[in-house]
Amino acid sequence: MRGLRVKGSEGPRASKSAALEPSTINHQPSTALEAVNLRVHAGTFPAVRGVNARFDVGTFSAVIGPNGAGKSTLLRALLGLNKPQSGEVCLFGRPLQSWSRPERSRALAYLAQTEGLSDATKVRDVVALGRGAGDWRFGLLPTRPWTDDDDAAVDSALDRTDTRRFEARKVAELSGGERQRVALARALAGQPRFLLLDEPTNHLDLAYALEVIRYLRCEVAGGLGVVAVLHDLNLAARADWLLLLHQGEVLAAGPPAEVLTPENLLASYGVRARVVRDADRLLVIPED
Amino acid sequence: MRSDAQQPEALTSAAPGEKSRWVWPRTFLLLLLLLSAIVFGTGLGSVNIAPGDVLGALWRGLASQFTGAELVSNDVIVWQIRLPRVVMGVLVGASLSVCGGAFQGVFRNPLADPYLLGVASGSALGATLAIVLDWPHALIPVSALVVALLSVAVTLSLAREGRRFPPTRLILAGVVVGSVLSAATTALILRGEDRARQVLAYTLGDLGFSGWRDVLTVLPYAALGCGVLLLLARALDTLQLGDLTARSLGVPVERLRLIVVIAASVATAGAVAYVGIIGFIGLIVPHMVRLAFGASHRILLPLSALLGGALLVYADLLARTSPLSQVGIVTTLLGGPFFLWLLRREKEI
Repeated sequence: MRGLRVKGSEGPRASKSAALEPSTINHQPSTALEAVNLRVHAGTFPAVRGVNARFDVGTFSAVIGPNGAGKSTLLRALLGLNKPQSGEVCLFGRPLQSWSRPERSRALAYLAQTEGLSDATKVRDVVALGRGAGDWRFGLLPTRPWTDDDDAAVDSALDRTDTRRFEARKVAELSGGERQRVALARALAGQPRFLLLDEPTNHLDLAYALEVIRYLRCEVAGGLGVVAVLHDLNLAARADWLLLLHQGEVLAAGPPAEVLTPENLLASYGVRARVVRDADRLLVIPED
Repeated sequence: MRSDAQQPEALTSAAPGEKSRWVWPRTFLLLLLLLSAIVFGTGLGSVNIAPGDVLGALWRGLASQFTGAELVSNDVIVWQIRLPRVVMGVLVGASLSVCGGAFQGVFRNPLADPYLLGVASGSALGATLAIVLDWPHALIPVSALVVALLSVAVTLSLAREGRRFPPTRLILAGVVVGSVLSAATTALILRGEDRARQVLAYTLGDLGFSGWRDVLTVLPYAALGCGVLLLLARALDTLQLGDLTARSLGVPVERLRLIVVIAASVATAGAVAYVGIIGFIGLIVPHMVRLAFGASHRILLPLSALLGGALLVYADLLARTSPLSQVGIVTTLLGGPFFLWLLRREKEI
């Protein structure tokens, strides 16, 4: 395998993220995906209530918080799939509303908890679907033919997720961990600037979950901005930047060491926990 | 192209080409099956005509359209009586199969077919209405289409849960709407007694009344409906990833659903208008193609059209030459058990 994974999973990167002052909206060019005073309803329920956050390219950000804190709703709003009640999402300093659908879908990729992959489809064909981002006439008809560039991008995505070996196999023959890597390859094939993931490791065994995080780390080193909703705090502790949501509001944002504190965890999850440092890593240990 | 030098362990390099390597032979195989269906369908019957003579008769019939030459003896049987019936079978089989495949894809529900959503029973009611009221011939598909669209709208609004159409609700709503519509159709049949025989045969699915006039009326419906569905194949593939993922890739999912339902209703209304309810073709053929050739809609939809067309002609041949008498009876008698076998074999479908 041509390893692109060499740069490894660790190495704390200087975080470029910073909490945004809520007062001003200045549309300066930036390298970030930002939420500005964002309020979003899920149905009629105000799930996100005035969130300010900034996610940079080349940074692994994780969104954490208890169930119902508004994590998934925030993620969908960042993707432009949920319309905000007020406030806005800015991508590279431009309001997301002003991006055309093709531009937006090329820049922002989404990976669900479980991607609906039809069993009879071949792995390579699934990954190739990621190349269609934005190239639709009326949103429905492909506007351009398949090119060698597309093949190259699919190859690269397969290599980077180590799925090239079984590119000709059908999805039905894959394990859960392999499926998630195929889904990741699909998301990467479109060469997005940001990848937003909704609980990508939720149903995976620990080894596979770590694997997904490791692949994401490599992409971040290559300049991709990752925003992942994560349930497992010990996985989230490996991110560069954390956003802790509580009842639709930001309770804390910053590097893991600043966010994962016993006080924050008690305030958001209602759980007493110790946070210990082991080697370079934070560990959250709930107390009974 | 991808070079093998890039990937020295060239074990996998056959894979990307696999699609292109296998699609054409398989398409060719299905084309042969369709051609054989046409030849046998036009050759066999009360008078048996050898395949060579059938091809000759087809050629002379085609030529006579331009030269105006009189057709004689067997040529008349082939060209005027059997061929329109066979061509109608191809059109109907292809339409129902493409619609079934598109419905299964757009609702991500392997049990979806034109009948389950009430499109076909709506078309049947509309067509029966037109027949009983003795409306002009060309208005039969129009009436079928209008009632079909109304009934599918009712089904979808009953099944709707927010923005989603959960499979169980969809099936329940479809069954209920279908039953109500069938009851209404039966009531109409009983009122229009003098036309009861025609209408009853119609509800059991019959290609027997098909003439060139019917074929030419149905053709635009089939071509338009299936054509639109075939164009949407890649969008349908993308939709298989899930609604949110498809939207993140720039596919407007709600618009796609609406257009698929309308296009499928157009094709189904055309298919049902003159030949009635022919069961199971639209449900089974896409599954057979999926099992044999893969699930990508760019392969699934066109190959379903070929296989569906061929199978319906063969089913009609069996109906004509056996006591089963009507093609709708044949497809249901054979299709039902086959579908159960498929269900048991593929727990996933």
